[in-house]
Amino acid sequence: MAKSIDVSDLNIYYGDFLAVEGVNINIPAKSVTAFIGPSGCGKSTFLRSLNRMHEVIKGAYVQGKVLIDGQDLYAPEMDPVNVRRMIGMVFQRPNPFPTMSIYDNVLAGQKLNSKRMKKSESDDVVERSLRSAGLWAEVKDRLDRPGSGLSGGQQQRLCIARAISVQPEVLLMDEPCSALDPISTSVIEDLIHELKTEYTIVIVTHNMQQAARVSDDTAFFNLSGVGQPGNLVEVGRTEKIFSNPEDPATEAYIQGRFG
Amino acid sequence: MTTTLQRPPSERPDFATELRDSRLPLWLPRAILLGAVAVGLALAFLSPLNIPQAVIIAWLLMWALPIASRIVEGSRKATDRTVTLLVTSAFGLALIPLGSILGLVISKGAPQLSADFFTFSMRNVVGEGGGIYHALIGTLLITAAATIISVPIGLFTAIYLVEYGAGNRLSRWITFLVDVMTGIPSIVAGLFAYALFVIFFGEGVRLGIGGAVALSVLMVPIVVRACEEMLKLVPNELREAAYALGVPKWRTVVKIVLPTAISGIVTGVTLSIARVIGETAPLLIIAGLTDSVNFNLFGERMATLPVFTYYSVKFPGVPPEASIDRGWGAALVLIMIVMLLNLVARAVSYFFSPKGER
Repeated sequence: MAKSIDVSDLNIYYGDFLAVEGVNINIPAKSVTAFIGPSGCGKSTFLRSLNRMHEVIKGAYVQGKVLIDGQDLYAPEMDPVNVRRMIGMVFQRPNPFPTMSIYDNVLAGQKLNSKRMKKSESDDVVERSLRSAGLWAEVKDRLDRPGSGLSGGQQQRLCIARAISVQPEVLLMDEPCSALDPISTSVIEDLIHELKTEYTIVIVTHNMQQAARVSDDTAFFNLSGVGQPGNLVEVGRTEKIFSNPEDPATEAYIQGRFG
Repeated sequence: MTTTLQRPPSERPDFATELRDSRLPLWLPRAILLGAVAVGLALAFLSPLNIPQAVIIAWLLMWALPIASRIVEGSRKATDRTVTLLVTSAFGLALIPLGSILGLVISKGAPQLSADFFTFSMRNVVGEGGGIYHALIGTLLITAAATIISVPIGLFTAIYLVEYGAGNRLSRWITFLVDVMTGIPSIVAGLFAYALFVIFFGEGVRLGIGGAVALSVLMVPIVVRACEEMLKLVPNELREAAYALGVPKWRTVVKIVLPTAISGIVTGVTLSIARVIGETAPLLIIAGLTDSVNFNLFGERMATLPVFTYYSVKFPGVPPEASIDRGWGAALVLIMIVMLLNLVARAVSYFFSPKGER
């Protein structure tokens, strides 16, 4: 389990609009890579292009290569649905399915794809996923209650449990803590530390301290002006990016002297 | 260079009084209302004036409140009270037809309701007696058939418009045509169904299923509109969450979008049934009327409550009283069915809505 991702010369378009230009990055397996940068610089778009989720938006397409373990995600014979089964995603706002119980939410990946499972087997998957997401102790007595009854932080961990219950190779997180309070945030950061022993994790964050705390590598995205495409400015070990960045723009952003 | 912004010394020596304003006593609005009602009642029952005249005089008396307000409180509060009075009057005016229809139908129809009325048809009935059993069965069967035809068409159209079409040219055309269909007069729908069935069965055809087709022509656009609005309300985040789990689009629609919107869809369908169940004109043309019970949608004429009501009152026979009374009874039953459907719609939207969000 856990695969590395190699991106070369990736351009991402929304119709005629070039949103992200010329990204080259190597995301190592079993580590946490953080994307930072100002709003609108394309880090979320780039993240979504890693499991072809940006294609949900009409007219979106890419040029270039995204290789996961040597396989090109955008090769014509690749099926985006299968790609998304391999590369899970956690969104900015917790989005458990309101019609389902906590139990069914964790199993949503299996149930929605009508995968047949024995009761004991599905019980195991639910317990394992919820334990990995650090939510088991809080919900084990009310697995049949609706997932939307949980607090925001619990809902987000439920979404993480849902994403890892299908055992993806990579876990993409799009600002997973931006709607949460500091305590829930710290729970999820601890969780990210534990999850990286098994998964390749890519996280988008606006919180520089969070990037410094959780990530092994950091990539800084920027855009040269309004209406211009975003681009990857610099990527490297997190310690280096935060202490001794090569690009002056990175330094300015990290020190809060931006713009 | 820095300047210190200094506030000029306060020019408000009467700060405390400036915050206050003269105000009508709190009991005055209620007193004027009670007074107007009392005068209205007195005029209606103790004077030669009739009820509408008394109501108008009582309503004019209510204007004492805005006038008093203008004198005591000033123009802002007076405007507020004027507009409140106008809005409330408009609401009362709108209630008058509803109240009088209900009152009239209940007072004339309620005496007809009996076990016999619901269990007998009009077969071999002359004068008194008989019932609406055949019309009730016809209305239920035809409406049920119309629902079975319209709901799949309407729901699938809505799913296409929201999930797949998303603003392309075809979906814009469909939306436009659905809007046009909404405005089709019901008699035209009836003629359409008649013309359609004449192709297969020849002139003078009368079939229950033809009525169902006519009703579904009226029902489909309503169902499309209701379902479309409900599907649009499903948050996009839920669709994305499903896609991110590697769920194909059609499964996302079937297992996430539809269950999330089901309460609204069922409510919309129920209300659209309530909308077409009282249609008379198309059924007059294509379903016809009979005195006998007919359970077969595909053979012979079929009685329905609206058509039965129409014929009972329009062609009562001799003596007319019993037939006209049966017409009122059938009208009441129809209103009761529509009210029941509305209650069902409310119950459905309560019980089907996602748990935890109630």
